[in-house]
Amino acid sequence: MKFKEILSAGVPLPEEILRREMAESGVPVELLRREMQKLMEVMLEEAEKQYGKRQKTLAGFTGDNGSKMASHDAVMLSEFSHMATVVALSLAESNAAMGRVVACPTGGACGVVPGVMYALKKLKGAQYDELLNSFIVAGGIGWCIEKNATIAGAEGGCQAEMGTAAAMASALLTYYFTESGEKAANAAAIALKSMLGLVCDPVGGYVEVPCVKRNGIAVNIAISAAEMALAGIESVIPFDEVVEAMHRVGKSLPESLRETGLGGLAATPTARKIVKDLKLRQHSAEKQ
Amino acid sequence: MSLLDVVGPVMVGPSSSHTLGALRIARFVYKFVGGMPDRVEFVLHGSFADTGFGHGTDKALLAGIMGMHADDERIRDALRIANEKRLDYSFSVEDLGDVHPNTILVRANKNGKMTEIRGSSVGGGEIEINRINDCECSLSWEFHTLVLVIKDVPGAMGQILGDVRVNISNLYLKRIDALRKIAVGIVETDEEISEDCLREIENSRFVEEMYYIGRDADEI
Repeated sequence: MKFKEILSAGVPLPEEILRREMAESGVPVELLRREMQKLMEVMLEEAEKQYGKRQKTLAGFTGDNGSKMASHDAVMLSEFSHMATVVALSLAESNAAMGRVVACPTGGACGVVPGVMYALKKLKGAQYDELLNSFIVAGGIGWCIEKNATIAGAEGGCQAEMGTAAAMASALLTYYFTESGEKAANAAAIALKSMLGLVCDPVGGYVEVPCVKRNGIAVNIAISAAEMALAGIESVIPFDEVVEAMHRVGKSLPESLRETGLGGLAATPTARKIVKDLKLRQHSAEKQ
Repeated sequence: MSLLDVVGPVMVGPSSSHTLGALRIARFVYKFVGGMPDRVEFVLHGSFADTGFGHGTDKALLAGIMGMHADDERIRDALRIANEKRLDYSFSVEDLGDVHPNTILVRANKNGKMTEIRGSSVGGGEIEINRINDCECSLSWEFHTLVLVIKDVPGAMGQILGDVRVNISNLYLKRIDALRKIAVGIVETDEEISEDCLREIENSRFVEEMYYIGRDADEI
């Protein structure tokens, strides 16, 4: 299933996406819409609840980034981008602290899509139905990536997780403002291209460093890509081909750069040191 | 994967394979043995053994064996809650051989009866239950699941299937003991099997043991 096939169906994009899911799973469109609605509500609820909150994460490598960003008056970012960044950081930290999240598309990248949705709701007065339709379009983008490539860091690296999240969020924003499937696909392509090749290298295997901050960055890539699409900028390489490229790049990544915690940042001296310190702390805690 | 699997599910972090998958395996055991066991032992293999504790796999397993759902925010306090409920639990690390890297063996004792279930977390929160007691199997728990120990005689499965009365999605039957003439049957169905049907199946002269593990209602 290619995104361009969904686009050429001739019916509104959200409808066509749900119709295709129904054809595959047998779950009626109305029920699917309700399930999507539930997921969206959990995202918005958690964004509100965790906004700028300090978290006690499992490894303790992160936990106060959302809080720092929330209490900082942005110097360069717009109000919209700042708010989306705070949500992305806060939810990623909540995830690392065993908080409730929506794995969109994964736990590690769970802050990106809610980041833009929350900002749309709070700052652009987004109405419920339009937000839901845009979220379904984001789902269609993620679904196409999963079908034609992968959304798992262990298979395709961080580009597959965070890249997918950024592509989904940029399509969501673009569809919200334009209701144009073509423009949404352009935004998704631009966002995914910008994260091509990103490796999955979590320090110690924990979903904390660099995952939390990458949520904060990916949400801004999504916003910039959407802004470009709104300006009429098109991706020279169409979305479906970018997905194929991402898949090929993912396959050629060595295993050490696919969620093993062995390569990239995880292999740096500082990473090794903080993991060693953590193990010592855990060991002495067990003894007590 | 379905669209809803891509944009969801709602879960407690941090990792769908190390937290959500682990919880679902333990929750399957909880439903299989009919409630929280009196004693439980979790044997962790591979990546679960290496990084599991850092991912909160221990808490997820305890939460699951106490019957919590995947989005329950008490999961992070599962150790304390297990102690309050006086659940007798232990964790150990063992090489379980040639199995998926994220595999757990759960030994649960309830009312003096021991059940041993082995499951793997195969990614994105999806699981595979691959051994129940001594019987190898392959269950995804994406369907309502009926596990039966039945007499290995002609007509046994035929009669039981007649009592199921909903659409069967997958069916598995294997003789496990030729001497005692015993077979294991696993029936996966799209719709829930009604209590009346379950009672009829359980009372069948062919059925020695029956376990019904309905799929969680919040997962479509």
